[in-house]
Amino acid sequence: MSKIIRTWTVNGESRTAEFPPMRRLLDVLRENLGLKGTKEGCGEGECGACSVLLNGEPVTSCLIAAGQVPDGAELLTVEGLEQTEGGRLLQKLYVEKGAAQCGFCIPGMLIASYAYLRNGARDPAETALRDAHAGNICRCTGYAKIVEAVQAAAEQWPAKEVNRNQ
Amino acid sequence: MSRNFQVVNKSVRKIDALALALGKPMYAGDKVPPGALHIKFLWSPHAHAVIKSIDIRAAEQLPGVRCVLYHGNVPRIPHTTAGQGYPEPSPYDTFMFDTKVRFVGDRVAAVAADTPEIAAAAVAAIQVEYEVLSAVLSIDDAMKDGAPVIHDEPDAFAKIPVQYEPGKNLAAFVGMDVGNLDEGLAGADVVVDESYYAHYAQHCPIEPHVAFGYMDPEGRLVIVTSTQVPFHVRRIVAQCIEMPIRQIRVIKPRIGGGFGVKQEVLMEDVVAMMTVRTQKPCLLTFTREEEFVSSRTRHPIRTRIRLGAKKDGTFTAYGMDCLSNTGAYGSHALTVVCNCGSKMLPLYRAKNIHFTGTAVYTNLPVGGAYRGYGATQSSFAVESAMDELAEKLGVDPLALRQQNHIVSGETSPVFRALGEGKAGVEQSIGSCELAKCITLGAKEIGWKKRGDWRKKTGRMRRGIGMACLMQGSSIPEIDMGAASIKMNEDGSFNLLMGATDLGTGSDTVLAQIGAEALGCDVSKIIVYSSDTDMTPFDVGAYASSTTYLSGAAVKNCAEKVVKQILAVAGQMLGRKPSELAHGDSVVRAKDGSGQVTYSEIALHSLYNAEQHQIGAMSSHITHKSPPPFSAHFVEVEIDTETGALKLLKYVAAVDCGTAINPKLAEGQTEGGVMNGISYALTEEYLFSATGRMTNASFQDYKLFSMRDKPEIKTILVPSYEKTGPYGAKSVSEICINGALPAIANAIYNAVGVRLREGPFTAEKIWRGLRAMGAKA
Repeated sequence: MSKIIRTWTVNGESRTAEFPPMRRLLDVLRENLGLKGTKEGCGEGECGACSVLLNGEPVTSCLIAAGQVPDGAELLTVEGLEQTEGGRLLQKLYVEKGAAQCGFCIPGMLIASYAYLRNGARDPAETALRDAHAGNICRCTGYAKIVEAVQAAAEQWPAKEVNRNQ
Repeated sequence: MSRNFQVVNKSVRKIDALALALGKPMYAGDKVPPGALHIKFLWSPHAHAVIKSIDIRAAEQLPGVRCVLYHGNVPRIPHTTAGQGYPEPSPYDTFMFDTKVRFVGDRVAAVAADTPEIAAAAVAAIQVEYEVLSAVLSIDDAMKDGAPVIHDEPDAFAKIPVQYEPGKNLAAFVGMDVGNLDEGLAGADVVVDESYYAHYAQHCPIEPHVAFGYMDPEGRLVIVTSTQVPFHVRRIVAQCIEMPIRQIRVIKPRIGGGFGVKQEVLMEDVVAMMTVRTQKPCLLTFTREEEFVSSRTRHPIRTRIRLGAKKDGTFTAYGMDCLSNTGAYGSHALTVVCNCGSKMLPLYRAKNIHFTGTAVYTNLPVGGAYRGYGATQSSFAVESAMDELAEKLGVDPLALRQQNHIVSGETSPVFRALGEGKAGVEQSIGSCELAKCITLGAKEIGWKKRGDWRKKTGRMRRGIGMACLMQGSSIPEIDMGAASIKMNEDGSFNLLMGATDLGTGSDTVLAQIGAEALGCDVSKIIVYSSDTDMTPFDVGAYASSTTYLSGAAVKNCAEKVVKQILAVAGQMLGRKPSELAHGDSVVRAKDGSGQVTYSEIALHSLYNAEQHQIGAMSSHITHKSPPPFSAHFVEVEIDTETGALKLLKYVAAVDCGTAINPKLAEGQTEGGVMNGISYALTEEYLFSATGRMTNASFQDYKLFSMRDKPEIKTILVPSYEKTGPYGAKSVSEICINGALPAIANAIYNAVGVRLREGPFTAEKIWRGLRAMGAKA
C-alpha cells in the first residue's frame, strides 16, 4: 500500500508525517505526531472534541483525510495554544472559572474559544459566543462555567491576537 | 451553620484542571503502548437468536489477525457486568460469549489484529448461522403467557437470595407495604392514580469506553481502563478469565466522563483475555455507535403512582409500582428499581405506603447505572402526580409539598424496608434544608406570578413548574472507602485513594478534606487515585458516595497522621501532644514557647531520631445515607401553534450539606441540570420494528449544546450533616432528577397539557393542544 508524505507547520514547527491514504487528520496528529491532546468523541464531526485550527479555521479533524491537507498547511492543536498569549489566557481562565470537569471536551472547546476570540468577536448578548461553541458538546458542565471563562477572556483579549484578515 | 474552615468550603482550583486545559496525555487512550493490537467486536444483527454455527477460520487466516474469541474458545462463566460490591445484587446472567444473542448489538465474537482495518475485515469474515427467535420488544410483552424466554440457559442464577425468575423474564422483584394502601385510598377525599414513563437514554460521556491491557515483565496482567470501579474490574476480570486477583493490576487514569455507564465491567474481560492469549498489548475503544447500542442505558421505567389525600392536604395513601425494562441483561435491575422507591417514597409523609418494583428482561439495549439511578425515573412520576393532586385539591402545588415533605428529626419506615438487595438501614433525617430550598427557589423563579393556565391567552404562553427531590449519600453498611497518607521531607503528603475521580473533581474535594484535617494547604497534598496495586480499596464512584464516604475515610486517616505528627513534634519541643496545636504546616506550643514546621518534623522522623514513616491508612463505612435535598423550578414558554417549547430559566436550589468546594458543587449541579433538561426535551432511543436502535449517533440523538443552554441559576443552601466529613453530603446525582417533572409541570401550567411520557417534544405538546381543542 502506497503511503502519503506531508509536511505541515504544526504548532509553529515543521513536522513531516507518513501515513496510509485514508488515515484521518485526527489519527495522524495523535498517532504519527504524538499530539494526544486532540480527542475523538464521536468520529462523525458532531461533538467537536477533535477540533483543531487548519489555516486559522476550526475544523473537526475526524472528518478530514490527512492526505487532503496540502504541504505547507498550518495546524494549531491544543498543545500549541500555550505558545500564544490568547491561548494562555484562555487556559488560565478555563482553570480559574472551573470550566473543566472531566476535561475530555476541553481541548476542542478551547480551540473553538480561541478561533472565536481571535476573529475579534465580542458579543454582549452571548449569541455569537454560543454559536461559536455550538459544535462542541460538553456533558459535564452544562456550559455555564465555560461561557464565564470565554466572556472573561473576551474582556482581557490581547489586541495583537485579533485576526486582521477577518 | 457556619464553621471556621481553612481549606474546605472554599473554591480552590481543581487540581487537575491545568493539565487538562494544556491537553496533556492523561486518558487511557493517550497512554496506549506502541504496537498494541486493536480489538473489534462482531455484534448481533438480531434481537433474539441462537447461534447455530460460527466459522472463524477465514478471519483467523487474514494476515495480521492475532486472536479470535467466541463462545467455543473461552470459559463459560456466569457473571454480571454490574460493577457492584460482592456478592452483587445483579443476576449472574452474562457470559463472555454465549451461544445465544439477546439484543441487536449483543456480543457474538471479537478479533484482535495489528490494525483497526484488519480487525474490521476479520470481523466481517466471521461466518455465523443464526436461528432467529421471536423477540420481546416491550415491557408489556415480557411477562405475557407464552412470551419468548430470554434467559433460558440453565446456568444463570442470582448470587444473593432475591426474587429472580428468568423463566418468566423476571429479572428482579421487590415490594413493601406499610399500613394498607387500599384502606388509605378508600379514606381519601381525593385520589390520583396515574402512570408515567421515563424513557431510554444514554449517558454520552464524551470519551467512549476505552481500555487496554499488557503483560508486565513479571507476567502479571495490567489493565488501564476508563472505569469508575477499578477494584470491581479487578475482581470481575479475575472471575471471567479464571486468573488469581494477585496476577491482575487495574489502573484508572483520568476519565472522560462516566455518569454511571463506567460503573460497568463492559469490555475489560475481553481486553484481559486477548492480552493473556496474545501476550501483546491490546486496545479496545468503543465507537459512538457502540456506546449507544452495546454499552448501557438508563432503565426505562413506567411508574404508577397512587396518591390519596384528605381535603386538608394530609396524605392517606402513597403507592408506587415500578415496571422497569432492564433489557437483555439484568445489570443493576434490582437496585435501580429499588432506588425508585427508597429515594422518593420517604420524601413525603403518609400513613399507608405501598411499593413494588418489577424489572423484566426484553430483547432491547441493556440498562445500567445512570446518574440518578431510578430516582430520576420515579421523581418524574411522583412530582408530576403531586401537581395533579394539588390541582384536584385546588391548592398551590408548592404549598402541598411544603405541608407534607420530610424534615429534620423525622424518619420513614421505607429506609428500613428497602435496601440494596436486602433490608435497608433505619435512619432519621439529620440535616434537611428542603424548606429553604423551596422558599429561595420560588423567589428566584417568581412563583408568585404563576397563574392558572385557563386564564392565559395569546399564541405564546408561559408556565412555571417545580419539583422536590431527594437522593442519598452512599449505600449504608455496604459501601467502603479507604485512603492512606504518608508524609514527605518537605512537609507534603501523598494521599493514595481507591476513590475514583471520573471528572467530578473528587480528587480535589478529597485533597481539601485531607488538607483541612492535616492543617496544610491543598497544594501540599499529592493525590494518586486509583490503582489496585498502589491504593487502598474503594468501591468506586457511584451511589453518590465519594465525598461522604471516601471523604470520611480521608478525614479519619488524616487525623491519625496528625496524632503522629504531634507525637514527633512533642519530642522535638519537649512537650506533650496535648500542649500543641497544628495548622499552616506548623506545630506550635500553645504557650507560645516554640514551634516546628512540618518539614522539620518529617526530616526528624525520617533521618534523626526514632526514625519511622509518618503515615496511616483508614477505612470507612457509613450507617446512614443522609439525603441531599433539592427544589427545582423552571419557566417555559410554549408556542401554541407549533408546540415549540422555549426554556426561559431554570433554578436549582440544593442542600448538599457543607459544599466542600462550592464551585465544583455548582458545576455538578449545572451539568446534571443540563443533562436532565436535554433528556426531558430531546434525548430518546428510536427503534425499528425488529429492535434495532435507529438513531445511534450524535446527529440523530440530540444532546443540548451551548446554544441550547437556558439561564441556569444554582443556589447552594448550606446545612451541616453531622455524620459527613465537615458536614458534607452528596451533590452529584440529585441534580439530574428535576428537569423531567419540573418541565412537565411547567408545560401544564402554561397550556394545560399533561405529558406523562418524555421527551417533551414540540410534536407531543402540539398533539396535546390539538386533543384539548378537539374536546372543547
